[in-house]
Amino acid sequence: MNAIYILWLRELKRYTRSRAMIVASLGQPLLYLLVLGFGLGPVFQKAGNGDYIQFIAPGIIGMSVLFTSVFSGIGLLWDRQFGFLKETLVAPVPRVAVMVGKTLGGATVATIQGLLVLAICLIAGFRPVNWLMLPVALFFMILTAFVFAGLGVAIGSKLQDIQGMQLIMNFVVLPIYFLSGALFPLNGLPSVLSVLTKIDPLSYGIDALRYVLLGTSQFAPEISVAVLGVAALIFVGLGSYSFSKIQL
Amino acid sequence: MIKVENLSKKFGEVSAVDDVSFDVAAGEVFAFLGPNGAGKTTTIKMLTTLLKPTSGSIEIDGLDPATHSNEVRKRFGIVFQDSSLDQDLTAEENMDLHGVLYHVPRKVRHERTEMLLRLFELWDRRKDFVKTFSGGMRRRLEIARGFLHTPKILFLDEPTLGLDPQSRNQLWTHVKNLNKTEGVTVFLTTHYMDEAERVADRIAVIDHGQIIAQGTPDELKKQTETDSLEAAFLALTGSSIRDESADSADQMRQMAKMWRK
Repeated sequence: MNAIYILWLRELKRYTRSRAMIVASLGQPLLYLLVLGFGLGPVFQKAGNGDYIQFIAPGIIGMSVLFTSVFSGIGLLWDRQFGFLKETLVAPVPRVAVMVGKTLGGATVATIQGLLVLAICLIAGFRPVNWLMLPVALFFMILTAFVFAGLGVAIGSKLQDIQGMQLIMNFVVLPIYFLSGALFPLNGLPSVLSVLTKIDPLSYGIDALRYVLLGTSQFAPEISVAVLGVAALIFVGLGSYSFSKIQL
Repeated sequence: MIKVENLSKKFGEVSAVDDVSFDVAAGEVFAFLGPNGAGKTTTIKMLTTLLKPTSGSIEIDGLDPATHSNEVRKRFGIVFQDSSLDQDLTAEENMDLHGVLYHVPRKVRHERTEMLLRLFELWDRRKDFVKTFSGGMRRRLEIARGFLHTPKILFLDEPTLGLDPQSRNQLWTHVKNLNKTEGVTVFLTTHYMDEAERVADRIAVIDHGQIIAQGTPDELKKQTETDSLEAAFLALTGSSIRDESADSADQMRQMAKMWRK
């Protein structure tokens, strides 16, 4: 238990100390929000879908949670290359405790990042329909963060070198993001795209955020909770499994 | 304290360690010498639960690392060939994290952290990030950390690689002192023969995965009819150069070094 706590704390310290990284990681959502939000706004409005900033804000929050949580798991690659991983693997604690500490830390950091982006959205003019629902939005951010922190650890345990990271970025992380309906509504899509968006767990995370913050959604919120919960279990399970198989 | 019998490790067709047997008594300083790729690190990995042997048996303080890995892990400390510190944490935080992972009670943790950091002359820098430390300071911190949970055995895998003579000298003085005061058994590998001659009670020379000679430094010199351990080592292992292929981890480290500059 103490081991989980200290490893969680380590993730948090590393995050809060890299201020430059935090600022840098806010740049991308800011670009999406401002350039796409204001750039595509008029078109979106003409198509009869309402205010694009309102629509895209939950998508950008979901994006930040996705990127931060996956990359915290992939941080295992750095722990491996710079040696710290060995320190945890020869310690007299079960590997699953090490993995859980790492995942909890990654999920916490991703949630904080999501909240920061939410704050930026609010500054940029985003207005939730019901302020009292913000704690529920937080709940969905946490759930989404767990899903992808688990996925990140599963990937990070397998990665051997930095070249692999580019591959993961382009063939796993970006597709999850673009197919999630972060940027466009999920109704009336061509059938192939529609199927792909429905197997993407992030779709449910962002849809649930829209339900909570805007009062509109594609899926029933219960379904989103169920899908995210199951996905979190699967990915965290997968992460513990591949972490337990790490050989140095 | 360490008992190894007929230990072998195969990676596919290649035998990294081939039918190795040796004993290390409690309180002894035992040096494991051999050229690059001889099987030193593979042996240490098996002794420290990181790798499972293909065949043969290991006993660490009477326990098998393969079946009682957690019990075995509590009993040793290890300093790896390359750093295993978290550079984004301070020296004190690295010590504290280690102490928690090894279930050292808070009070003992703080007392021993202070004692060890003072001994290794790092106490004044305890609040500084490890990334600001020199190579010698990092090594000292790693060794201090290895002692934190009062292990029965300390494994040192080429701990003095890349250090200047002053740091090397000081490092071995401290290790030798702790070996005396805390009775810890030390199992070390090094490429510096003068170090092995100075600190080790007994030496085993390994080459191509097999132990080719064992004994005190004097015995080895007598056996090979040479007057220094270095000459004895060369007489035993020949003078051809062994090239290890670099794996992806080595390449990464190279890149990381480039970035730092």
